[in-house]
Amino acid sequence: MDFAWDAETEAFREEVRGFLSEHLTEELEDELYASGVLHDVSFSRALGERNWIAPEWPREGFEPLSTAAVHVLTRELTRADAPLVAFTTSVMVARVIRSVGSEALQADVVPKVVSGEVTIALGMSEPEAGSDVAAIQTRARAVDGGWIIDGQKMFTTNGHVADYVFLLARTDPASERHHGLTTFLVPLGLEGIEAQAVFTMSGERTNITYYSEVFLEDQWRISEVGAGWHSLMLALQDEHSAPFSPHLARLLDHAEAWASAPAEDGIAPIEREDVRQRLMKAVVDLEVAELLEQRATWMDSVGEVPVVEGPMSKLFSTEAGVRRSEDLTALVGPDALRSRSDPTAIERGLIEHSLRYALGMTIYAGTSEVQRNIIAQRRCGLPRS
Amino acid sequence: MDLGLTDEQRQLVGSFAQLLAKSSSPERVRAAEPEGFDALLWGTLVETGVVVMGVTEASGGWGAWLLDLALVAEQVGRAVAPAPVIEVQVAARLLDAIGDGPAHEALADLLAGEQLVTLAVRPAIGGCAPLTPAGAICDAAIVRDGDRLVLVVPREGDRQPVANLGSAPLADLLLTGDAVQLAAGPSATALFEAALDEWLVLTAAAMVGIGAAAHEIGCAYAVERRAFGSPIGAFQGVSHPLADDVTNLDGARLLAQKAAWAIDTGAPRSRELAAMAFAFASTTAESATYNSLHVHGGYGFMLEYDVQLHYRRARGWSRVWGDAEAGVRRAADARYLVEPGR
Repeated sequence: MDFAWDAETEAFREEVRGFLSEHLTEELEDELYASGVLHDVSFSRALGERNWIAPEWPREGFEPLSTAAVHVLTRELTRADAPLVAFTTSVMVARVIRSVGSEALQADVVPKVVSGEVTIALGMSEPEAGSDVAAIQTRARAVDGGWIIDGQKMFTTNGHVADYVFLLARTDPASERHHGLTTFLVPLGLEGIEAQAVFTMSGERTNITYYSEVFLEDQWRISEVGAGWHSLMLALQDEHSAPFSPHLARLLDHAEAWASAPAEDGIAPIEREDVRQRLMKAVVDLEVAELLEQRATWMDSVGEVPVVEGPMSKLFSTEAGVRRSEDLTALVGPDALRSRSDPTAIERGLIEHSLRYALGMTIYAGTSEVQRNIIAQRRCGLPRS
Repeated sequence: MDLGLTDEQRQLVGSFAQLLAKSSSPERVRAAEPEGFDALLWGTLVETGVVVMGVTEASGGWGAWLLDLALVAEQVGRAVAPAPVIEVQVAARLLDAIGDGPAHEALADLLAGEQLVTLAVRPAIGGCAPLTPAGAICDAAIVRDGDRLVLVVPREGDRQPVANLGSAPLADLLLTGDAVQLAAGPSATALFEAALDEWLVLTAAAMVGIGAAAHEIGCAYAVERRAFGSPIGAFQGVSHPLADDVTNLDGARLLAQKAAWAIDTGAPRSRELAAMAFAFASTTAESATYNSLHVHGGYGFMLEYDVQLHYRRARGWSRVWGDAEAGVRRAADARYLVEPGR
């Protein structure tokens, strides 16, 4: 066993940090936070110029990055809270298009995702279908030359700024559950589409998107008709390997910085044993979260699919995020209530913000309850509930 | 980064798993209670090389990594084996590290199988090494007494075996006049702390084994036992804690292995990682054994069911030194106070 990254990967980490200090300024962070939109065009293009959006895919003029380098890249970007959501979702969809999409779609969309020119939002959840995606009701009806789409989608993050939405719709009205579904790439400028803002506890804007009598040419269909579920699984496979521990790392960074600075009485909180112990508990959780993530990455690198290890990593990292943000805001005390946008906030309000942000992580990309179901069935051998 | 075991390590795990399944079955574990020592099993383990493997080749050992010992410790924990593997391995490595003089002789006796030498994991208080692991059955114990490391050979009357929660062969040892000094001063303290790091890592690995075995017992029962018309494992109130436990157990295993690797390779933060591994594995084993026992309902509380064997040892084997909070304190001291970068 070897728990260290090789020197090349560590050197690459420094390169990523250098990039971030140049391109992710405090002004940009404040701007992103104020708008609630986790996307910045020039930042995405700067990433695209380095081929850091989909770095493991072949692209002319670039060497694909190793699995280790991709792990470190994603981790550093996430730890810095870089605006990633738009291209993370875009790459998920581009992966599906590469696997099952038409040649024309592949040629048109994939290179633009890779370069950061085009972004794709996700249109899967609905008001009555969250974790249980197979319960969706949005319909696409076949008409001459294409489809007519009717329905609504929840949590279409970036749905008001993205170029496309990856839409899961029921194309066979008589079908049930995961049968009779088809995936489409819907240009968001089409007539009949409306995005309504939804603001969340952590300040991020997401959207409800409405589709009423939207005509879509058949060239925008991604999966075979009725094979949408399979293509959706291809997208979600990716989601399970997303890193969540860097958010906990960021919280710990700020909590340690707070603890190291002298308080009003002139004594740094870290001089107190109880403060050190509570920080240490976050260090332990972070270490375990990172190890579970590294295991999933390592399995991937040796050709194993982390079917259960991905959910384990997601479950532990995000629950630890909630647990530690709760405890560390309590440790900081009343002053931890001062919010991110307030000039009096401690550590620019990032400790307070972690309490808000962490909650979302335990919900999106599959709630903790869904992850536990997967682990219970596939690792513990327990029957379906 | 390589999180896989070598072929040799897989063989090591396989052979100890096989040996312990046979020689440390639940029946044998029960038969060894309350003292917690099976001389036949211990003899077999010593013959297999469980002590000599951890000693350097220069001193006549096999030069195994601490990581290898951690793999063995996990199997020892799984089988809740009534044998003092961890404390004797650590004592042997400590004698090896001290090197010359009486330590050298004691190591020779230990490796020859003539003496069972253990380590008191807490320093002596008022001339007594309390709850010394394997204290009830050892021929000698290494004890830290102030800034000295001494080898105590308990005489009749100096040793008080203690009946205890984990059915371990614990004893309060009195430090009498003829204790032999092995080391003194700052080097003695440093040697003791390094040995304690190893004991914490190996105990963490054993906790993972205890917890994982209990977890498997609980899952098997949840599949088989029916209530309200379905297997109880289909109820999320039952299955979700089991999902959390197996996740934590995987994390605890990785952390114990990382801590062992850090000590083996001299990587930074090894002391911190060792105490972290102990803290996390202790909490995890406590939770895993609790949930497994609880899944059994009233049966779990009966001595006849095996899960109680694990439940008691998940607490008893670790708390001879301290609980998870003590591990957190030690880790925090290493991270924030002593020897920055260590």
